Amino acid sequence: MSPEERVLTGSHFLLGDHACAEGGLAAGCDFFAGYPITPSTEVAERLARRLPAVGSIFIQMEDELASMAALVGASLSGARAMSATSGPGFSLMMENIGMAVMMEAPCVVVNIQRGAPSTGLPTLVGQSDMMQARWGSHGDYEIAAYSPSSPQECFDHVIKAFNTADRWRIPVFVMADELIGHMSERVVIPPADQIPRVERKRPRHKPDDPDFLHCLAEDEDLVPPIVHAGEGYRANFDSLTHDEKGYPATFPEPHDRLVRRLVDKIRLHTDQIIEYEEIFMDDAELAVIAYGSTARSARRAINEARREGVRVGLLRLITVWPFPENKVKELSNQVKAFVVPELNLGQMSREVERFTSLPVIGVNHAGGVMMAPDPILDAIREVKKNA
Amino acid sequence: MPEIVVESHPIDTVFRTERLPHIFCPGCGIGPAVHAYAQAILESGIPKERHACVSGIGCSARVPGYMDVDSYHTTHGRPIPFATAIAVVKPEMEVTVFSGDGDLFGIGGNHFIHAARRNVDINIICINNFNYGMTGGQVGPTTPLGAKASTAPYGNTEPAFNLPYLAAATGAVFVARWTALHVRQLKEAILRAMQKKGFTFIEVLAPCPVGFGSPNDLGDAIEEVWLYRERCVVDHSVYLPDLELDLRRKDKPFVMGNFVDIEKEPFDPLAMMKKKEGE
Amino acid sequence: MRHDIRVAGFGGQGMLLAGLLIGKAAALYDGKEAVLTQSYGPEARGGASNADVIIDDDPIDYPLITNPDHFVPMFQEAYERYRPSLVKDGILLIESDLVRPFADEGPYRGIPATRIAEELGRRIVANVVMVGFFSGATGLISPQAGEQAIRNTLRPRLVDLNLKAFNAGYDYAKKQEAS
Repeated sequence: MSPEERVLTGSHFLLGDHACAEGGLAAGCDFFAGYPITPSTEVAERLARRLPAVGSIFIQMEDELASMAALVGASLSGARAMSATSGPGFSLMMENIGMAVMMEAPCVVVNIQRGAPSTGLPTLVGQSDMMQARWGSHGDYEIAAYSPSSPQECFDHVIKAFNTADRWRIPVFVMADELIGHMSERVVIPPADQIPRVERKRPRHKPDDPDFLHCLAEDEDLVPPIVHAGEGYRANFDSLTHDEKGYPATFPEPHDRLVRRLVDKIRLHTDQIIEYEEIFMDDAELAVIAYGSTARSARRAINEARREGVRVGLLRLITVWPFPENKVKELSNQVKAFVVPELNLGQMSREVERFTSLPVIGVNHAGGVMMAPDPILDAIREVKKNA
Repeated sequence: MPEIVVESHPIDTVFRTERLPHIFCPGCGIGPAVHAYAQAILESGIPKERHACVSGIGCSARVPGYMDVDSYHTTHGRPIPFATAIAVVKPEMEVTVFSGDGDLFGIGGNHFIHAARRNVDINIICINNFNYGMTGGQVGPTTPLGAKASTAPYGNTEPAFNLPYLAAATGAVFVARWTALHVRQLKEAILRAMQKKGFTFIEVLAPCPVGFGSPNDLGDAIEEVWLYRERCVVDHSVYLPDLELDLRRKDKPFVMGNFVDIEKEPFDPLAMMKKKEGE
Repeated sequence: MRHDIRVAGFGGQGMLLAGLLIGKAAALYDGKEAVLTQSYGPEARGGASNADVIIDDDPIDYPLITNPDHFVPMFQEAYERYRPSLVKDGILLIESDLVRPFADEGPYRGIPATRIAEELGRRIVANVVMVGFFSGATGLISPQAGEQAIRNTLRPRLVDLNLKAFNAGYDYAKKQEAS
C-alpha cells in the first residue's frame, strides 16, 4: 500500500509548513493527530494526503485536547507520533503535554506561532509562545524545543525533534512561526538512508521477568527503557506520581524521586541536546541572540553593523529549550552587552538575563509583522555608542 | 471432612494481586463490575497480552491499575482519545476504557460523542454512580434533577444525561445497561462488546453510599442494592428516551438490558486507501 | 545581486502560482537563491492578491519586500495599491488590457496576457503568460528553468497548455525588444 515515496529525496521549493510535514515523514512519523488551526493547517493538509499514501495514520481529532491525548496513546503503542498547531491549540495541548512528560511518551508537536494572547492574530506572525513551550503545563518538567529559521530547518528540525524525543522520552516542540511556516524556499531532502534516526531504548528483560521495573532508570542517562502496548509486558502507565513499577505512589518521597529524575535526565545532559550557530562571534564585542524568523533579520542587521565597523556577532538558537546557559555565561566574558530581538515583549531575553550580569537589550514587537532589521541595527548602534 | 484450602482463584490471573487490597470504599459498586470485566477477559479467548485497559481520573479510573493487562491511567476526561490511538495503531488489541460517568460525560463528553460517531473499535465500561465520588460527592452530568450533592446542597438544578440514549444516538453499535447486582448479565454484555467490532457502551449502575447514597437518603449500599433488586426491570427493546433514571423516585422502574446491537463498519483511518486499492 | 519582485493581481488570477513558478525556477533550476512570501490575513482580503519573490545569488536573510524593484501588476486595483512602493527606476511589467498606467507613469512594458491566454484556449493561464513575459523581459529566470518549474509543478494534463502560455509570453517580450 505504498503508491508514494515516504522520503522525497531531492531539491524542492517548499512552504515551511509543508517542509515540517515532509520532515515528519522522513523521520518515520506513522501517526498524526491534530485539529486544523491557522497558520499550521498546511502541515495537517499535507500529511492528510501523504501519510495514508505511505500506509500511515492521519486522524483529525475533535480538538487539541484529544489530539495530544492521542499522541501519547500512539507513542506508547510504538508509533512515531506528531501533531501541528498554533497558540490556541497549544494551550489546549498543555494538559496532555504534562501527561507525555509524566508517562515519558516521546512525541513531537509543531507550533506555527501566531500573534497572541487568546485568538489574537490568526494569520499573522508571533513568537510569544516561547515561555509557554517551556512552562505551559503545570509542574516541574523539562522538554526540548527547536526554532527553525527557514523551510529547510523546518524539515531538519522535525527530524531532530523526533530523535531527541525518542532518545530522552520527552515531548519535543518545533517552535516555528507564521513567517517561516508560510514562506517558500529551497528544501533539500537527503536520501532515506541518510536521514539520522535514533531508536528508542528497549528493555533487556523479557515480559514476566520479576526483576523488570519498567519505570526504573538503571542507566546513567536516567532514561528507562520503553515498553509498547501489546508486547506482553502488561505495564501500567500512570499520570499520577508513580513508583518504579509504574504503580501510583502518591507520597512525598516517590514524588520527589520521580520528578527529580524527569528533570535531571534533561538537565544533566543538556550538552547532548543544545544546538546553536555562531556567526561572527570570534572577535565580537556585542552579541545578538535570536531565533526563528527574527534570526534572519538579525543576520541582516549584523552584516550591516559589521560594514559600519561594529564588532557584533549573532548567536542563533537552534534549540531554544534547553536554553544554552553555559554559552551565555561564556560569552559574558567576551562581549559587553547582549541584544535580544524577538516578536514578543521580552521572553527569551529574560532567560539571557538569568545567566549574565551584562546589559541585555530587548528589541521587541508584540507581533503581526516580522521583526525588521532596522530596529535591531538601531539597538546595536545604540549599545555600541554607550559601550 | 478434610479441610479444603484454596490458594488462588482462576480470576486472580487477570489481576495484579500484589496491588490488592484496592482503594474502594465499603459498599462501593465498582468491585462487582471489575469482577465481571475480569471474568469477560478470561472467557473472551483473547490472551491478556492483547487486552488494554484505559481510564481517566476518578474512583472507577483506578480499575486499570489492578488489571494484569497493558493499562493506562490518563488525564481527567481523556481516556477515549488515548484509547482511540491504541486501537488504530494496534488494531489487534482489545481496548477497553473503564472509567466513571463524570470522567466520560462531564469533562470528557466531547470525546465520547466523537469516538462513537467514528465508531472507533473500543469498549466503554462506564460506572455510573451519579456523582463525582473520589472528590467527595459533587454534582455531575448524571446527577438526577433535584438530587443533593456537595456542590448542589439545595438539590441539583440541572437535568441528567440519559447515557444509553446518548450512546445510541451518537453511533454506538452495542449499548447496554446493567447494575452492580447483575454481574452475570453484565459479564455477558462485556463479552458481547469484546466480540463486536466498533464502539460499544455499557453503563453500570453502582452504589456510591458515601458520595450519593447518604446525602440522598438511599441508605447504605445493601439498601441501594435492594433497591436495584426490587425495582429493576429487564426490557431490551425499551424506547430509549424512557431510560432516564432517578433512584429516588419510587414510581418508576429502572430499566436494564442490551438495547442496541447492530453492525457498522468500524473506524479505519486507512479505509479510503484500501478502497482505492481494491478498485 | 538581490532582486525584489512583486506580482499582484485579482484573486483568482493565480498570482501565487506565478510567484511559485518564478521562485521555483530560480531556486531549483537556475542555481540561485529564492524566497516566496504572500500576504495572509486582513490585507489579503478583498480584490487584490499578491506574491513576493526575492531572487539573489547569495543566501537571503530578510525575506520580506518593502520596496520592490520589479513590479508585475495584472489588475488595476493591484497596480494602484502597490505602484507607490516600487523603487525609483524600478521595472514595471503590466497586463496592458487590464492596467491603465497613471498619466505620469515612466517607462514600462506591457503584454495583453489575458487576451493571449484566451487565444490559447484558456484565460486561466494568463498568469503563466505573464511569467513567460517576465522571463523574457527581465532575464531573472531562464526559459529553461521556467519550463522545468512548469513541468514539476502542474498536473501532467495541464503541462502542455502552460508551456505554450509561458512561451507565448516569452516570445512576446523578445519580439517587443526586436521591434
